[in-house]
Parts: sequence; C-alpha cells; structure tokens
Amino acid sequence: MKRLMTGNEAIARGAWEYGICFASAYPGTPSTEILENIALYNKDIYSEWAPNEKVALESAIGASIAGVRSLSAMKHVGVNVAADPLFTFAYTGVNSGMVLISADDPGMHSSQNEQDNRNYAAFAKIAMFEPSDSQECKDMVGEALKISEDFDIPALIRITTRISHSKGIVVCEDERLEMPNKPYIKKMEKYVAVPAHSRKLRINLEDRQKRLAEYSETTSMNSIEWENRGIGVIASGIVYQYAREALGDGASYLKLGFTHPLPMKKIRDFASKVDKLWVIEEGDPYLENQIKAAGIICSGRDTFSGIGELSAGEIGLKIAGNSCEVLSSDTSKVVPRPPAFCAGCPHRGFFYQLGKMKNLMITGDIGCYALAFNKPFNAIDTVICMGASISTGHGAQKAFEIKGEDRRVVAVLGDSTFFHTGINSLLNIVYNNSKTITCILDNRITGMTGHQENPGSGYNLRGEPASAVNIEEVCRSLGVKNIQTINPNDLKKVKETLKWAMELDEPVVIITRWPCVLKKFSQEDKTEFGNIFSKYHVDIEACTACKACLKAGCPAISLSKDSKKVEIAQASCTGCGVCAQICPAEAIFREEI
Amino acid sequence: MVKNILLVGVGGQGTLLASKLLTTGLMEAGYDVKMNEIHGMSQRGGSVSSHVRYGEKVFSPVIDRGAADILVSFEEMEALRWLEYLKPEGKVVVNKFRSNPVSMLTGDTKYPENILDLITSKADAIILDACQIAEKLGNSRVMNIVLLGALIEVIGINSIDWEGLIEKHVKYDFVDINIKAFKAGRNQV
Repeated sequence: MKRLMTGNEAIARGAWEYGICFASAYPGTPSTEILENIALYNKDIYSEWAPNEKVALESAIGASIAGVRSLSAMKHVGVNVAADPLFTFAYTGVNSGMVLISADDPGMHSSQNEQDNRNYAAFAKIAMFEPSDSQECKDMVGEALKISEDFDIPALIRITTRISHSKGIVVCEDERLEMPNKPYIKKMEKYVAVPAHSRKLRINLEDRQKRLAEYSETTSMNSIEWENRGIGVIASGIVYQYAREALGDGASYLKLGFTHPLPMKKIRDFASKVDKLWVIEEGDPYLENQIKAAGIICSGRDTFSGIGELSAGEIGLKIAGNSCEVLSSDTSKVVPRPPAFCAGCPHRGFFYQLGKMKNLMITGDIGCYALAFNKPFNAIDTVICMGASISTGHGAQKAFEIKGEDRRVVAVLGDSTFFHTGINSLLNIVYNNSKTITCILDNRITGMTGHQENPGSGYNLRGEPASAVNIEEVCRSLGVKNIQTINPNDLKKVKETLKWAMELDEPVVIITRWPCVLKKFSQEDKTEFGNIFSKYHVDIEACTACKACLKAGCPAISLSKDSKKVEIAQASCTGCGVCAQICPAEAIFREEI
Repeated sequence: MVKNILLVGVGGQGTLLASKLLTTGLMEAGYDVKMNEIHGMSQRGGSVSSHVRYGEKVFSPVIDRGAADILVSFEEMEALRWLEYLKPEGKVVVNKFRSNPVSMLTGDTKYPENILDLITSKADAIILDACQIAEKLGNSRVMNIVLLGALIEVIGINSIDWEGLIEKHVKYDFVDINIKAFKAGRNQV
C-alpha cells in the first residue's frame, strides 16, 4: 500500500513493521512526531515519554538487554544529554536490536544550535544510517535493527529537519514482522561495565568495527549511480537529493546510506573513476575529513561552508555554474513574523510584571517562555539548554555576590523542563544555599513542541491516566522552604509574590499554575480551573488610547485605524483578562455570559 | 518535468489541509510527490510554507528561489516575502487578506502599502478575496479550500476527483461547505 508519509511517520511505520516492542523519547523538534506516531501502534508497541533523553535511551537499552527490539528518538541536542549511556552501550552491545534516532536541525529552524551528530557515531563507535527520504526512513529501521543484532552494536539513524518533516511516497507492508523475543541470559562479562570487563569489551568493540567496515563495503545502502564521470559526487541524507536534483545526469553519485564505518574501498574505487570528486555535506566535513585522511583528493568544505542548510540551487550554482533568474522585488518593507505568546498565554501576565522589575538578571530556558526576550517584555537574559536556567542562575547569583554587586537572579523554566533536568539544578540551589529565585511556569503540558504529556500532566503518551507529580511537593522534599503557587494571570498577585521573593535571602520557588490555552483540557483541568474562556471588550468611550494595554504584547489587541482606540479581536481573545488589569482607564471589561 | 507549487501563509490559516489534499490527489493520480513543511512555530503566529513538488521522479522536497511554477499566498505580505521563489514566468495566486504581526499591533511597524499592485506589476497574478467568499458560504475557515480550488484550476489537472478527496478527508458535517468553497475557488480563475 502506498502512503504519503513524513520521515518521522515512516520511522514509526518501520518501528511497527520491523517488530520493535519498546520505544521511549523526550519530545524535541524535529523528532517529536516519531513517538507520537509510534503511539498509534499501541497494540503492538509499548511507547512512552521519558522525562529526558538520558532516561529515554537508558530505558531502551534496558529493553534491548532484556530481549525485545527497542528504539529511542530525540533531537540532536538530546543526544548530548543521552551521550553517557550511549558510549558504554557500544561496549556492552545489545541482546535484541536497539535503534537510536537523532534528528538534527541544520539551519536551526527550532533549535539553539547546529550540531552534526554524525560525529557521535564515530565518537561512540556505533553503526550509522542516513536515510535520504521517507521510504528509506522506514526501510533503514529494519536494516538498522538487523545490523544491531548481527554485529552486537547499537545503531544510530541520523536524520535532519528536511527528512523528518518532508513527505514522500512510502510503500507499506500490511504485516508486522513478529520477532521471537530473545531470552534474557545473565552475562556479567558483557553487561557489567566495570574496568575488568570493559577492557575486554574495548578490544571486542574494535573487532566489531572492523566487521562493520566490511559490511559497509557490500551493503546496498552504499550505492553508485554512474552517469557523467566528469564529476563524481559523494553525499548522504538529504544532501544526496539536493545534489541529484541540481546536477542530474551531469554527474555520477556515490550515495552513502551507511556512514559509519565508511566504505573506504568503495570510495577509493569511485574516486579513481571520476575526473573531479566532490564531497558535499551540511554540517561538519564528517565524510570529507575521513576521505582526505585516506589520501583521496576531493573538494567540499573549500566551497560549501557547512553553516546552515544546503540547497539544490547552491550546489547547482557552485559545481555546475547553473544560475536561475529570480524575480527581484523590494522586500525591505516586509515585516518579520517572529513567534509570540498566543492570546491568553499564561506566560504573558508573569513576564509583564517580571519585565518591569529593575536590577535583575533573568536566566531563561528552552520552551515557549524563551520568547519573553522579545519586545515588549525584554525579560530573558540567557538561554543555553534544557534545564540550564536554574544552574546558570545559581552561578550568576554567586558571581554577583563575589563581585559585591546588588543584582538578583531570577531563573525561569517550564514544568516539562523542570522535570527534564531542572530538578537536579534546584537540588544544587538548596545544597549550596543560593538566593536565586526559581520560577517554574507550570502550564500543565509540554507546550513548545506541540502539547505532549509529561510527568506533571496526569496522562502518559498512550493517553492513559498517570500519576501527576506535584511540583510543590518535589521542591519541598528537595529542601526548599519558601514556595508559593500563584495564578500568573493575576497581575497584582504576581507582583506581590515577586516582591516577597526578592526580600528573602535563601532558596525560594515561585510556581505559576495555569493551563496553556491551546492544550486539550483534561477532566482534571476542567475541575481545577473551571471554564477559563470568556471574551473581553473595549469601551470605546472610556478608552483614552494611552496604549498601556499594548505593552501586554497580545496578538488579540490592536490600535484601530478608524477609531484610533484600542480594539480586541473577538476571534482571538480567550479571556485571560491581563489587558483589563493593565488598563488605567478601566475601559476593558469582561463579557458577561 | 517536475512542477513546483509553493503554498505560504500564517500559522492557523489551513495551509496544511490544503497541501495534504493537493499531495494526496497528485499521488493517487500516479505522480511521484514530495512535500516539505517547516513545523515548530506555526501555532504562534509565524510565517508557514508548504513546498509541493510532483512529476515522474522527484528528488529534493524543497523548492529553491526562482523555481516555483505557482505561488499560492494565503496572506498579502507573505506573497511579497516569498515572491523571489516564483519563476519569472510563474503564476501567483494571492488571497486579499491581511494578518498583522505583533510588532504592528503595538504600532512599532506598519503594514506595507500597495503590495497587490507591486505583485501584479512583477508577476502573472490572480487576486481573490477567499475570506469573503468563505464568509458568504457561512464559515471563514474554509478560506483554505477556496484557495485550493483556485490553485487546482490554475494547475489544470482534471483527471483527479478532487471533490471525492474532500469528502474522504474532511469531517462529515463540513463536506458540503468545503465542496462549495472548492467550486467557488475554481470559478475565480
């Protein structure tokens, strides 16, 4: 059966077709939909969200050792979090096959950095596949599992945003490959990575690398397409598609789908039969460096920078001199559309007040609230990585104390980010008696990635009720004595609570608790928050056009061209009431229903 | 020959459903099809785009600058933002509809003037008020299907049962109004 599928959907389909039984992930663009789609096969695959990527990978490792095929998926920076178990799992090897999916984000569509996770395969000495379209995404899950089992090694499938989020035609099988579950046999010398065992595993790992290199030479994943031998192109992943698009029959191609270890004999043979060899890559010169180290002359990084994404257009221009005519138009007046807090976003009221406070450093985190660095809030000073708000805030606060500077640090992160890696940082705040003010913005869901459940939301990935962690109790049990939970839409309360926290000289946590207005409300949400939706209106007579309410940065509020007064777009307003509290003329009122 | 269709707009305007119907129809008609969308920020009022490519064999899922045969813009300023993606001899379908970014709401920036004139002077343009057409039909949300109808008329593939596709992919209660919207869009071209 033919279906149009994104790369992420195709990986999920592959997980089902090739007998994966256990899958775990933490959401992160562009990888999120892999697990969301695997969860649709919940009769055959047990799937779950983990609090972070390290936990997700370790869980998949455990499932593999216990004897079922397993998968873990994450965005590129997630692999940094999961790197610790990954490196040692390469030593121990698998029982049933284990596949790790790394979704990299060249061009940083939704990420804080670009990093080329192909390096991890060489670094951790594991097998690596790079699909170039959705069909290959599905097929390579099957091949990766087989290789993982045949060579006793975890397999990495490395994709990029354009693979994750591009659709292509996929031929699907109607039947799932039912793998017999493997027995669990206690093998201490294999699975207990203590120095005495690891020294032997280290030698064994080199042997497995050698055998994988032989596989790399013969696998159909690495294939040559002979056309014009004047130009030879070596490429992997989406870049192969760009090159094929740009150069067509004007070049020959060595398409690499299995990229660690590399098929160096095949590469050398291909290089010898073309006049000019190009190695085209996004990210790092991962292939090129190895090819050059093998003494093969090629071009690549001298022409393509590795910064951001490549395109067929750029390849065609730089290699074949193909240029195309472009409509020139004056786009200088085109205004950017940066993402902004939605109408009714519970972060708005909190940042409206926090942004007005003086002499602060506000350490932010990964999530929607990072958008508060923007106008009109200007209320985030740093964003580094998941969970970093509390710990960078702690270091900064101590530094200000060392310097004798009277500046307070406020750390801001969301509920899911707190569960991810915020808890250990808060432990540090307590242990080292930091007066950093920690604010946990609990919007009852993982927002930025598109509303995934988390340990605090009361539901799991499969939609079943789950134990909802109480953030206040977690903070208290870590030893925080000063904790207040407030409604972030209540501006007076937000201001008072921030003031209360500023006056304390010891660890303090403020929890704002109000649901993301875009989330699907659970019964528990409805019981706790009631019907939160209503509409607000402007009394045109009373409005003085002072524009104070525009400082809320709400997409529902604008200045009317006709009346020169403020108006509220009724289709967008959700009734949070923040603007009405700001209005000094009391001209904004709630519609009585 | 691969054809390139670029659909652009603002998060929440329904470009996703329009491109889903388009690509499904093209696949069922026997074409190789690839589509690319950038997710992530769309719910927060960001600029969104769907690249649709079809033909006998498609390699890249992404449309380059100067390569789109048809540009369909669900919003006026977005048409200008993406105009350089259109082939000089390509066609642009523009929805006469404006969506203000937050910087305009706060008065920091202004909506550019004369966008439609500028586009008409540069390219072969079809301008329609899909929002008004949709409202007349009873639901402004079917604006996306009005635009899909106009696009299909421009593409001119008549071997595909587009209305049957709408029936299959749209919720039962909304089938009628979507088919009306689709026909209304076709009549605009």
